Amino acid sequence: MSTAKVDRRVAHSHHFDSMEQEHESGKQGVWLFMATEIMMFGGLFVGYFIYRMKYPEAWVEGGSLLSWKLGALNTLVLLFSSFTMAQAVTETMKGENKKALNLVMITTLCAFAFMVVKYFEYSGKIHHGLFPGLDIWDPSAVQNEGTRLFLLFYFLMTGLHGFHILVGVGLMFWLMKRLKNDEFSPKYYTAVEGVGLYWHIVDIIWIYLFPLMYLI
Amino acid sequence: MADTTVVDNHSSHSSGKDYLNESSGIWSWLTTIDHKRISVMYIYSIIGFFLIGGLFAILMRLELMTPEPLFMDGDTYNKAMTFHGSIMVFMVVVPGIPALLGNFLLPIMIGAKDVAFPKINLLSWYCLIFGAAVAILSLFFGGVDTGWTFYTPYSAKSAGAVSMVVLGAFIMGFSSILTGLNFIVTIHKLRAKGMTMMRLPLFVWSLYATAIIQVIATPVLGITLLLLTAERVFGVGIFDPNLGGDPVLFQHFFWFYSHPAVYIMIIPPMGIISEIISTFSQKTIFGYKAIAFSSLGISAISFLVWGHHMFVSGQSPVAATVFSVLTMLVGVPTAIKLFNWTATMYKGRVSFATPMLYALSFLSLFTIGGLTGLFLAAYAVDVHLHDTYFVVAHFHYVMLGGAIVGMIGGLFYWWPKITGKMYDEVLGRISALLVFVGFNVTFLPQFVMGSLGMPRRYHTYDGIYSAYHMTSTIGSWILTLGIFIAFYALYKAAKSGEKAPMNPWNGTTLEWTVPSPPPHENFDTVPTVTGRPYEYR
Repeated sequence: MSTAKVDRRVAHSHHFDSMEQEHESGKQGVWLFMATEIMMFGGLFVGYFIYRMKYPEAWVEGGSLLSWKLGALNTLVLLFSSFTMAQAVTETMKGENKKALNLVMITTLCAFAFMVVKYFEYSGKIHHGLFPGLDIWDPSAVQNEGTRLFLLFYFLMTGLHGFHILVGVGLMFWLMKRLKNDEFSPKYYTAVEGVGLYWHIVDIIWIYLFPLMYLI
Repeated sequence: MADTTVVDNHSSHSSGKDYLNESSGIWSWLTTIDHKRISVMYIYSIIGFFLIGGLFAILMRLELMTPEPLFMDGDTYNKAMTFHGSIMVFMVVVPGIPALLGNFLLPIMIGAKDVAFPKINLLSWYCLIFGAAVAILSLFFGGVDTGWTFYTPYSAKSAGAVSMVVLGAFIMGFSSILTGLNFIVTIHKLRAKGMTMMRLPLFVWSLYATAIIQVIATPVLGITLLLLTAERVFGVGIFDPNLGGDPVLFQHFFWFYSHPAVYIMIIPPMGIISEIISTFSQKTIFGYKAIAFSSLGISAISFLVWGHHMFVSGQSPVAATVFSVLTMLVGVPTAIKLFNWTATMYKGRVSFATPMLYALSFLSLFTIGGLTGLFLAAYAVDVHLHDTYFVVAHFHYVMLGGAIVGMIGGLFYWWPKITGKMYDEVLGRISALLVFVGFNVTFLPQFVMGSLGMPRRYHTYDGIYSAYHMTSTIGSWILTLGIFIAFYALYKAAKSGEKAPMNPWNGTTLEWTVPSPPPHENFDTVPTVTGRPYEYR
């Protein structure tokens, strides 16, 4: 575009009529995108439940292979990160970009902590031949044949979730750069709010994954 | 006219700048975020894909001219069939009308300067092109012979480049999701002053109903293809019964997207038809609200009917019966539309310009396609007709006779607006006639041979079907000729057509109140809308 870059803190983009209209549009776009995320993970949850009904013993065995302590730790980490993210949005709305920057930084550290725990969980599984493919799979490591399917769903669902965490980290760095440059104002904070929404959805998906995989 | 306060009909011609010549060079196109330019890029790319997909169709029809193999072996035929299906579905008809006409018209029709997220709009074009490139390049890595539905367990084991095509479809899915998301927000948030929901042109309503399906259904296709890829890469039996998986689950997942997807394909042309019929009858559309809400009705029901693809898959008879009844319900909102279109023409001043001829083709072809859909929705009848040429004929009547004919009609209707040039009316009418005749010669015999038992997806067949196949092949040549004449007429118009006036058809929607072609930001003065569209008399 040839149009000069607008200062989003005080002005709206060329094709909108007002800053409020632009903010509302952005927010609705993020919500719709969240709907697609839920439909996508929804497919995996449906698959999980269907095979859970088909292979109940395998699902019990699969759950017992996972460490509920590590899962619980990660749940706490994510819940805390959702809190700091929500606070970051509030601070940006008040115009406190510096405070928001610190809060986003804490959120990012939580995301890293989550991935470190996940790394130890994954590598433990791979070490014990419990990754269900790529010549790593060791059939003698489990009693039920269906457990391999459980582990596939475990790796696919937590893997896709982990991918979303990593995307979230990327978004956090983008936010930190913009917060550092003081690009937001009480009238313009769409990006922070949008990433916040995204982060909460990623968190909520984990809230469902944790009991389904580790506890029941 | 949609009574608007646009003051001067000629004001913006004073600058001599429009969206086409506002900047130049290939780079100004590839990085454009103007919805009109993106739409033009979609027009070129989708017509390109259509020609590739059509080439495979012509080759298949040629092969089927005789009962014995003519020039293809079974393997080659299966690949041609798969590419024809995948290209036409994922690259032509699904992105088709929303991307190539919706992009251009939606913002103008609601009085906006652009879609809500112009950069995401450009991104969705790149998703389509990139995904399509990955899928088409798989031709050089062994091709794919699974059919466009990628049914398991065969697709989990087939030696071809299934993963590549699946990845391509996955990427193209993002194009569809992003377009849908963009359109919903645009319709909700960017309407001009006075443009209430009940004043939206019906094409916009159809795009809205479509966008809902695009956003909700497409992610399920994404996850299905991801699971299929996981099965291929890791060798775990998600869908392979030998390894403990459930192949019918794949069909459930696949059709949960792919049935709503056929309404992604057919609702937008219905919107085009509403516009064309009202304009060329010079009469207020009959039953505006009924047409608008029936679009939403179709998209709601679309999510509840996927099981009718699986009547012979071993799903429970109870489920099949429920799906059968729900499927027939689709006929209700669809028939509401057809009756309203007919009633619009009644006592109107009907003129038979090219877009109207295509619209009338649509009415008759789509009615045949829709009614034969009811045959297939009937559980007991479908057990006999499943996987025969009856099904092939049915969905071609809807997808080609409905969606593509509607799209070509729409292209003719809005071509003066898009290019600023008038097309040759004689060429246009000849093309409409040839497409209509060629289409029926190609696909009517397929209903007959299908009900006699000719199975689909075979490259050889019993001699008793040869007369039908021969007729069908000859019809495909007439159809091809018609489509080429149509594209030639459009090309010739863009190249050297006469200058188009602002409102050549005496249309009433907002796009006819801006110059042809429109200026960069659509309106010199943002309009205020004070009445409903189609207020002829």
